[in-house]
Amino acid sequence: MDIILLALLDGIAYAALLFLVAVGLTLIFGVLGILNIAHGSLYAIGAYVTATIGTWLVANGYNPWLTFPALIVSAILVGVILGGLIERLLLSRIYTKEPILQLLITFAVFMILENLQRMIWGVQPYFLDTPLTLLGNVSLAGVNYTLYQVAFLPLAAIAVLVFLRYFLRHTTMGAQILAVTEDREAASSIGINATWVYFVTFVIGASFAALGGALATPTTSLVTGMGANMIVLSFAVAATAGLGQIEGAAVSALMIGIARSFAVYLAPEIEVVMPYLIMVLVLLVRPNGLFGKETVRKI
Amino acid sequence: MSKGLIAAIVALIVLALVPVGAPSTVVFFTLCLAKSLAVLGILVLIRADQVSFGHAMYFAIGAYTAAYITAEFRNIDIMLVILAAAISSLIAGLLVGLFVTRYRGIFFGMINLAFSMVLYSGLEKAFHITGGSDGLRIRRPTLMGMEFKRAEFDLVIFYVTLAMVALCFWLVWRYLRSPLGQALGALKTNETRLEYLGLSARRVLLTGYVISAVLCGLGGVLLGTVQGLATPEHAFWSRSAELVFIAVLGGPGHVAGALSGTVIFEAVRTFAAAVLDDSWQLILGITLIVIILWAPGGLVELWKRVFLRKGKTGEEVQK
Repeated sequence: MDIILLALLDGIAYAALLFLVAVGLTLIFGVLGILNIAHGSLYAIGAYVTATIGTWLVANGYNPWLTFPALIVSAILVGVILGGLIERLLLSRIYTKEPILQLLITFAVFMILENLQRMIWGVQPYFLDTPLTLLGNVSLAGVNYTLYQVAFLPLAAIAVLVFLRYFLRHTTMGAQILAVTEDREAASSIGINATWVYFVTFVIGASFAALGGALATPTTSLVTGMGANMIVLSFAVAATAGLGQIEGAAVSALMIGIARSFAVYLAPEIEVVMPYLIMVLVLLVRPNGLFGKETVRKI
Repeated sequence: MSKGLIAAIVALIVLALVPVGAPSTVVFFTLCLAKSLAVLGILVLIRADQVSFGHAMYFAIGAYTAAYITAEFRNIDIMLVILAAAISSLIAGLLVGLFVTRYRGIFFGMINLAFSMVLYSGLEKAFHITGGSDGLRIRRPTLMGMEFKRAEFDLVIFYVTLAMVALCFWLVWRYLRSPLGQALGALKTNETRLEYLGLSARRVLLTGYVISAVLCGLGGVLLGTVQGLATPEHAFWSRSAELVFIAVLGGPGHVAGALSGTVIFEAVRTFAAAVLDDSWQLILGITLIVIILWAPGGLVELWKRVFLRKGKTGEEVQK
């Protein structure tokens, strides 16, 4: 019984992080039509920047509670600066090119960022558990959990989901994004600045990846290769839901997160394989993902 | 005789003379040749406009097959080792291929990546079977009953690899010109029209996929045998990326791109490694962007532009 509860709560915390990263990936794909392989690097760099800022704050005697705003600030910094640079300098040149070339370009960005990350932060692991210890523990059915994982992470994910829904359905910018997604040319002809919409969407998506990394920092040690792992994982989540599906990503993140943490407790050998197993099973039955729509092939 | 055939024969003779002219570079060229087989595999898929970010898994399957079979049967003939690697990568390619050929583009590339990450972590975690991150030793095989010392074996494996390269490049060249190979190119231009011809697009891609898997497996077994080691590193994504990179560098328009791309890539890396080891991927990434934005035909295309003065783009050459 304890194990089931433990696995469930662990899985939900993990799913929250997965969702944050995957929703950024799926949003960018839905609007720009580009699968950004460098998304995993944005996650990793978001985590490293958080660890650096947080450690600096603590070491210099600032109030440790400041590490919480630091999580958000680093995510936005990485998303706006790095994401903005990637979109302006590279992606904006390739929107008209073949999909295979777009994929290769973002892959090249991924290689560059992985290398830069190793040059800046080295290969030794980083830690920052201040936010985790500050929130303390909570006892449920006789087992101790960290409040950060039980409450803070899921709440953050729900906040992002609500924000995205509100932003896309009830704001002018959101309406513009939806219009450009539907038909870029038609949207441009009624005066929507599609270039700006692409830029904003990419920056928002990139910030979500970095936020995922920032929020993951207190729960895990940062190592090289975490970006590569996350891009495949978040792709698995997005593909299981159907690329471009925002609410769907939440459902499949929960599925994959919980399944993985049950595997951790019950069958550790297949833990790594679990997300892909789910993705493959879902795609075998529904090739466009759980919530994806059938695409019409063009002649 | 066509110009291309003469060029191929000249290249083969020059390569065959390497041990005479520059004995110290024999191992280097063996590694290049082995890797160029895997690059050729990537090139086959690029013909169909598909990029796999996980083909290093077949590379690793080839290398691990060699490790298991040389440990099980001492002094086994190298041809049998190669055959075993070809069979194991063929089976793996068929199983994975049955699934991934349902997809194109992004899904195709990413699902291949997912499979290779699973293999990588499997190889690293299953310590008692695969030796963990240290990998497994590949014992030196024999050739026609003869055993070799280290230096002799370097020569033997060089010529074996060269023969395999000559054979595979010729076969792939033939395949790409055959109706089945042409159908592969048609996947890129228009899949629906291909099906109107009565061909199953999925089967066409599956054939190409299995061929590319076997080529990567052959590259893996040869490279592993030269180095005497099979490690999980062989299946890591950066290795897949390297293969894709070389294929794009060499240029997808012609099989010759795979070989020239690999030789230039490895030569640059050997010289650059001492100075730039820390920023190697950075340089690869930047070069890749430069090629895609400004020289999409790769080296083959540049060569044509400079020497044959045919100012065509990579697209036109492929047609």
